[in-house]
Amino acid sequence: MADTMIEADGLFKSYGETRALAGVSFSVPAGSVLGLLGPNGAGKTTAVRILTTLARPDAGQAGVAGIDVLAHPAAVRRLIGVAAQDATLDGLLTGRQNLVLVGELSGMRTGQARTRAAGLLELFELADAADRVVKGYSGGMRRRLDLAASLLTRPPVLFLDEPTTGLDPVSRQRVWEVIRDLTGSGVTLLLTTQYLDEADALADRIVVVNHGQVIADGTPRELKERSRSAHVEVTLAEPGPEAAGVIAPLVGGQVSVSAHGLRLSAAVDSAPGLATALVRALDQAGMLVDNIEVRQPSLDDVFFALTGAQIPGDNNGSGAKGTSAGHAGPGASAAERESEGAQP
Amino acid sequence: MTPAIAQRPRDAAATRLIAHGAAERVRNVVSMTRRNLVHISREPMQLSDVTIQPVLFTVLFIYLFGGAIPIPGGGSYTDFILAGLLALNLTTSTMGTAVGLATDLHEGIIDRFRTLPMWRPAVLVGRSVADLLTACLCALVVAVTGLAVGWRTSAGPLRVVAGFALVLFFAYSLSWVAACVGLNSKSPESAASFGFIVLFPLAFVSNAMVPTQHMPGWLQAAADWNPVSAVTAAARQLWDNPNPSASIAAWPMQHPIEASLAWSVLILAVAAPLASRYFRRRTTE
Repeated sequence: MADTMIEADGLFKSYGETRALAGVSFSVPAGSVLGLLGPNGAGKTTAVRILTTLARPDAGQAGVAGIDVLAHPAAVRRLIGVAAQDATLDGLLTGRQNLVLVGELSGMRTGQARTRAAGLLELFELADAADRVVKGYSGGMRRRLDLAASLLTRPPVLFLDEPTTGLDPVSRQRVWEVIRDLTGSGVTLLLTTQYLDEADALADRIVVVNHGQVIADGTPRELKERSRSAHVEVTLAEPGPEAAGVIAPLVGGQVSVSAHGLRLSAAVDSAPGLATALVRALDQAGMLVDNIEVRQPSLDDVFFALTGAQIPGDNNGSGAKGTSAGHAGPGASAAERESEGAQP
Repeated sequence: MTPAIAQRPRDAAATRLIAHGAAERVRNVVSMTRRNLVHISREPMQLSDVTIQPVLFTVLFIYLFGGAIPIPGGGSYTDFILAGLLALNLTTSTMGTAVGLATDLHEGIIDRFRTLPMWRPAVLVGRSVADLLTACLCALVVAVTGLAVGWRTSAGPLRVVAGFALVLFFAYSLSWVAACVGLNSKSPESAASFGFIVLFPLAFVSNAMVPTQHMPGWLQAAADWNPVSAVTAAARQLWDNPNPSASIAAWPMQHPIEASLAWSVLILAVAAPLASRYFRRRTTE
């Protein structure tokens, strides 16, 4: 097994009356990407704040690269890069000055920091705005600059808290590309997101948190297979009243039949070869199949199955991402900040 | 259950990860100082209290009160007031430290600093150094304005510089008190009220503007033991300017140089550790 680079073990944390974490554990092997997935207020940011030395848990342990975060925060800070959910930039400095400052404070020489900053500004397509004051940046530009700041010292362990929240689709793709390049270079990454497709696209493993607890943990594929939410739909050439009886044993559950008796549908466990088995059974019963479709569950379905609740505002599956109110609304993120206590 | 989380940094390499050498500390302070100076350059009106205010005060005090206030022991009011104006302006300008730190704590940038492997006190020290540099600018403005309206000193250059240095050192120590206030303020606005509630009375209940001889007894006692009085009297003594406080028996007025140094050291020794404790407390969650 690869070395564990990030480890959370039984983390508890409350801010006043609000319980942000109620026993969260997970670990990230070296060189892999963990997606911490959950709705607003689930405790994702709190977990990141603890692992990045910003907050102390009420109970539990945290480790980065084998170093105890609580006992040796200063050592951990030499190894991590952090892009927080609220862009942590100096509004009165230019983009370039921000990066150089972060570089210098991380122990880089000024010249070295300037060179690296120029490269990152190019990478994140901020070169044109590099010498403008950050106060005038758009939200997307700030997030990209914040990401650049987290990469400045090429840290082996990265924490990105909702790195694409508030980005337009083009910037989002750009950030995804950068993240993919990073993970190819051996960086260990913890990424929090509310976007299921983002976790699906970038993460090797996904930990789903809700109400301060881990409710599922696995690869994107495992999580999809675990939920019984694949769907099969069969269209017959002619109405066949006995068709439902034929396929019922194969799908192991309720089969619903459309009004004309032409279309049959059922929720199924996604099993290999299911479509073949269904067609063969119907054929043997003398019925012609016009069309058959087995739809794999999306992570939205998984999330719904796990939490019994949909992502707020995200009510039409994978098509709605990035546009629903729960994602981009400043009110929603302020609510999470409040419930997770960004300031003591 | 968690063998991966070891108390590892026992070995030399890990210790090197944690320690900040003197050179690194200095570099961090320089970076933070530069950041604060860039802030000032973006909003030059921030500098009005060390540029416009001293000019205004100098002109106002000399032409409004100059004729009306007799100096016990004789001498010109212009020569008398200059040290007082310097102390007044530098004392009230430390408000900028309180406001600046309170503002920093409300910006996301403080979380960035907290995840960097920097020497944390550089946030405070960098602020105080930047404020000392603006205080130097303030001193220069006061001196030039004073010379323009007729302030003269017969003291040698070393004594003149020593006078400015004493007042600047006092302002530096006071900026750490302001830092404590800024670190305990809920907002930059409430940090600003510190100026009016504390700094203005501190500057005015002193011998800076008027000789204390004419004050009621209790007020005179307060004024004679006010550190601003000691600092002002020390500068007057070093510059060979009229110093009516020399005839007052209170110890700080008899030994103003020693007294102002003692005040500054004492204030610094109390306020600086306190400020770093407040900083740690404000940034712990």
